[in-house]
Amino acid sequence: MDGYYAWMLIATAIVLMMTTPALAIFYGGMTRSKSVLNMMMMSYISMGVVGIVFVLWGWSEGWGGDGAGNGNEHLIASPFKMFGLHGVSHGNYIYVLFQLTFAAITAALISGAIADRVKFSAWVIFLPIWVTICYFPVAHNVWGGGWLATKLDGEQDYAGGTVVHINAGIAALALILVIGPRVGFRKEPMKPHNLTLTMIGAGLLWMGWYGFNVGSIVFTADNFADGNVLDPKTGVVGAAFSAQFQGETGVTFLNTTIATCAAMLGWLVVERLVHGKATALGAASGIVAGLVAITPACGAVNLVGAIVVGGVAGILCALAVGLKNKLGYDDSLDVVGVHLVGGVAGTLLIGLVSTSDAPGGIDGLFYGGGWHSLKVQFLAMGFTILWTGILTTVIALLIKFTIGWKIKPEAEVEGIDFDQHGETAYDWGSSLAGSGAHLVKEGV
Amino acid sequence: MTKLVTAVIKPFKLDDVKAALEVLGVQGLTVSEVQGFGRQKGHTEVYRGAEYVVDLVPKVKIEVLVSDEDATKVVDAIVEAARTGKIGDGKVWLTPVEALVRVRTGERDADAV
Repeated sequence: MDGYYAWMLIATAIVLMMTTPALAIFYGGMTRSKSVLNMMMMSYISMGVVGIVFVLWGWSEGWGGDGAGNGNEHLIASPFKMFGLHGVSHGNYIYVLFQLTFAAITAALISGAIADRVKFSAWVIFLPIWVTICYFPVAHNVWGGGWLATKLDGEQDYAGGTVVHINAGIAALALILVIGPRVGFRKEPMKPHNLTLTMIGAGLLWMGWYGFNVGSIVFTADNFADGNVLDPKTGVVGAAFSAQFQGETGVTFLNTTIATCAAMLGWLVVERLVHGKATALGAASGIVAGLVAITPACGAVNLVGAIVVGGVAGILCALAVGLKNKLGYDDSLDVVGVHLVGGVAGTLLIGLVSTSDAPGGIDGLFYGGGWHSLKVQFLAMGFTILWTGILTTVIALLIKFTIGWKIKPEAEVEGIDFDQHGETAYDWGSSLAGSGAHLVKEGV
Repeated sequence: MTKLVTAVIKPFKLDDVKAALEVLGVQGLTVSEVQGFGRQKGHTEVYRGAEYVVDLVPKVKIEVLVSDEDATKVVDAIVEAARTGKIGDGKVWLTPVEALVRVRTGERDADAV
């Protein structure tokens, strides 16, 4: 049990690392050199804002339920019942914080879709509204003992295919459609300015994802307190707890690794065949696509299933990211193409390749379990897409017609970093730098 | 004979100017990022509590070589495309070119445009 707590402390810290800095670096490298700082700030500020919102009312809204973290079987839970972590025991804090890091990165994921063009103030206002109206309710329904969980017996989302990736992906699509494209979209190439950053970011995300997926074997201190009972439904206790902890983390760790390898290969094969070259950006994107797809499935599938989930996701996402140019929506850093498509792939493939050998204990279609698993996976996906798709569109329109989303076109061309933050990522030390500006009072 | 059209404009207007010149059938141009000031002057900025005067603002310089008969049309097209009506829109000027050679073929003057 102490081993479990030690693991959760580490898992939570490395999931935090996924937002700050891994995602910021991954996205920052993909933007143009004039937009890096703004892109990184969108991730950092997500951690800042969502962190505070989460402990004030996020936990209550997601996991408050009956006030003791046991769910209420309703569509939403009260944000006030456990406001400010009221009634949460110290022993449960690490579980709260683990979930806090999930909420922060889900919001941060959206930012890549609207890179280079959005007022920092609009993003800061969007963040608390979005997590309050979209993230916490969906998390409550899937994980927090809400309405959906009671309706869809056998639905599996181990670490956030619906709550995190479909949720962020569909929110990104809604924002893109409301906000519109960057100046020069489909005219200029808009290539990534520093793919070494993106490769480092992808690697750090991969490492952090073990906290995300493997750490999602989650119990509350209350469960331990009840005579060491791990899961009230199965009644696993004592030595069985250790066996389950070791076995389940082994499976999720293995699946997370193997699916990611398969997705990287799948993406690169598609690129090599369709475009002629295997790119570094393709490898980095393939890694993330695999991690996204295996997120819901890491506790549901065996080794073969992990290769299928990763491989299919890598291939599908590699094809999906080209759609934005054909359809004309500016998903700047492919949040829809990777997180929505990868999240949907992982969530639905559970219905096919889920197996009772895995910790989830449910057979999908290919393992003789019939259509039931696919059906509940589909419904969970549909719930998330409808809920967040509709509500994010409403939030986005409200912001558009009040404070407005976009910076001025000339500011976009000259660089959002300087316009919004008064800074630039790279000072090339031009010979004019000395004469271009001077201090009003020397030595201030 | 030939002329050189030089324009210093707001950077975000480059795309519009390029498009306007393509409509006129201009075959080539040179673009550089430059800094300078005109009547717009600079502005003050504050960073970490220190106040700066930025007196050189970023601009884009476009140079186009044209034949004598096209010169006025090109100047007008640039002015039209680059104008926002606000201070800092820049300037366009025309200078005679004494000699012009296309490096690949050795063609001269109007033939080299």
